[in-house]
Amino acid sequence: MKPLNKVVVETPPSGIRRFFDVASRMQNVVSLGVGEPDFATPWRIRESAIYALERGYTTYTSNAGLLTLRKAIVQNIEDRYGVSYDPETECIVTVGVSEGLDIAVRALLNPGDEVIYHEPSYVSYDPTIRFAGGAAIAVQTTAADGFRVSAAALEAAVTPRTKALFLSSPCNPTGAVQQRGDLEAIVEVAVRNDLYLIVDEVYDRLTYQGVHTCMASIPGARSRTILLNGFSKAYAMTGWRLGYVCAPSEVTEQMLKIHQYTMLCAPHVAQYAAIEALQNGEADVRGMVTDYDRRRRFFVRGLEAMGLRCHAPDGAFYAFPSIASTGMTAEAFAEELLQEERVAVVPGTAFGAGGEGHVRCSYATSLAQLDEALRRIRSFLGRRNLLPGESDGRPAEVQP
Amino acid sequence: MTAILDILEQDSHATPDRIAALTGLPEDVVRQQIDEWEKSGVICRYKTVIDWERAGFEPVHAFIDVSVAPERGSGFDEVAARISRFPEVRSVFLISGGHDLRVIVRGADMKQVANFVSERLATLERVTGTQTHFLLKRYKEDGDVFFEVEADHRLMVTP
Ligand SMILES: Cc1ncc(COP(=O)(O)O)c(C=O)c1O
Repeated sequence: MKPLNKVVVETPPSGIRRFFDVASRMQNVVSLGVGEPDFATPWRIRESAIYALERGYTTYTSNAGLLTLRKAIVQNIEDRYGVSYDPETECIVTVGVSEGLDIAVRALLNPGDEVIYHEPSYVSYDPTIRFAGGAAIAVQTTAADGFRVSAAALEAAVTPRTKALFLSSPCNPTGAVQQRGDLEAIVEVAVRNDLYLIVDEVYDRLTYQGVHTCMASIPGARSRTILLNGFSKAYAMTGWRLGYVCAPSEVTEQMLKIHQYTMLCAPHVAQYAAIEALQNGEADVRGMVTDYDRRRRFFVRGLEAMGLRCHAPDGAFYAFPSIASTGMTAEAFAEELLQEERVAVVPGTAFGAGGEGHVRCSYATSLAQLDEALRRIRSFLGRRNLLPGESDGRPAEVQP
Repeated sequence: MTAILDILEQDSHATPDRIAALTGLPEDVVRQQIDEWEKSGVICRYKTVIDWERAGFEPVHAFIDVSVAPERGSGFDEVAARISRFPEVRSVFLISGGHDLRVIVRGADMKQVANFVSERLATLERVTGTQTHFLLKRYKEDGDVFFEVEADHRLMVTP
């Protein structure tokens, strides 16, 4: 047979996959490996989807999505961040942020164009850029800087082939929230080098410390920003596959062609659910955010107390502790913790080489499970004499 | 600070240490605040939610709507207080609508509840009528769901 697509064939399978396979075959696993909310979609949202099904909203919608939904989306962005978009021409409802990212890079890139992104970050960025024929250039962020992205580091990676800067905040797996000042400097880099800004803000509502700054709200950014967001995290709607993109119409016009020919439209019922989410889901979001925030404090404190240093994860629902003090690699730590204590975490290296020395722990799970996970991790470290001595075993002063 | 109440309402066993970890408040602040609330009556008492049926008991509950001729000066309060004193009465509410008071009664069996209504409640001075609804099945009470909740359907590890 003739060889398959080279770029795809040469892409290694996700590092997460292997842990999934092992963990799924075990009993009694406490999983901190899940990158999605533990809440079911709020009932009012599910209930409106049921109603939409009953009414027979089972057809295609317009390519860009239901206009009512697009209006609600841009209204929400306007209310929250003071940025306005035209629902008719500057907003497309997508099959998750995943599709939004895909059609964004496909619309932007010519073969060999470079996109600079930061690592450790969500596993799809690099492959999605490369599948679109681009080159994905990673800039590393570090625990010492709280995994914040520096404009200088991005600019140092700019070449004549650079087409766009890609930013994700709050960040999976680090929980880092980019600060407004840093974003302003990044916008300056984009303007100076005439680059697009692609931003994944899917965790924007899950910001606990400080405030989320929408990239498009920074002066000078809107005309070159492709804003990706969705319903998966804020509304606990991962399985509905619904997101959106807002961008200047010159860009959305091209993106819409790809969406139209490859996807047709996002799921109709899910779009109805999303209208309800935006119109009446605020109290549910706040309730979930309050809950995540409590677990975040509790869990980070628990990790710190056993000597696993954790920069403060200000957003998303992950703690990304350093396991450097154990002397183990991230892979080995995750592997042995799973085998010995049946706690599933994801090695930081699954999110880029810069994730070495860290593991991602999702605290989107019940307090009882977090309690049990902490107990097991403590016993794992204790068996290796890696717990801090009584004298310095005080809870760390660092507060998330 | 309402976070403390919120957490205690979910779990009366939550220790000050745990509440401090969940909220980021210092432990002694939490402890002191709870003390104050216990004294001032904001926190009335700590109780446990029990699924009695699962424990093998089947107490009978009834919702009884009571019509009352209000008293000059005290309105419904006097009668409501008299009704509240019966230990088998779990709740008493003044409500709008066709009746005046809604009373929730718990008894060992239907006969006991029926006797209570006919002999104690209906015969009270100023009670002009009652309507009894026996509880057939409890699905949700005070925020707690009493049927099997869905399991966690998520995959073990996802990006
Ligand atoms: C940072 C980030 N972006 C995007 C996604 C995918 O989002 P969606 O479900 O909207 O495709 C995820 C899912 O885990 C994520 O963590």
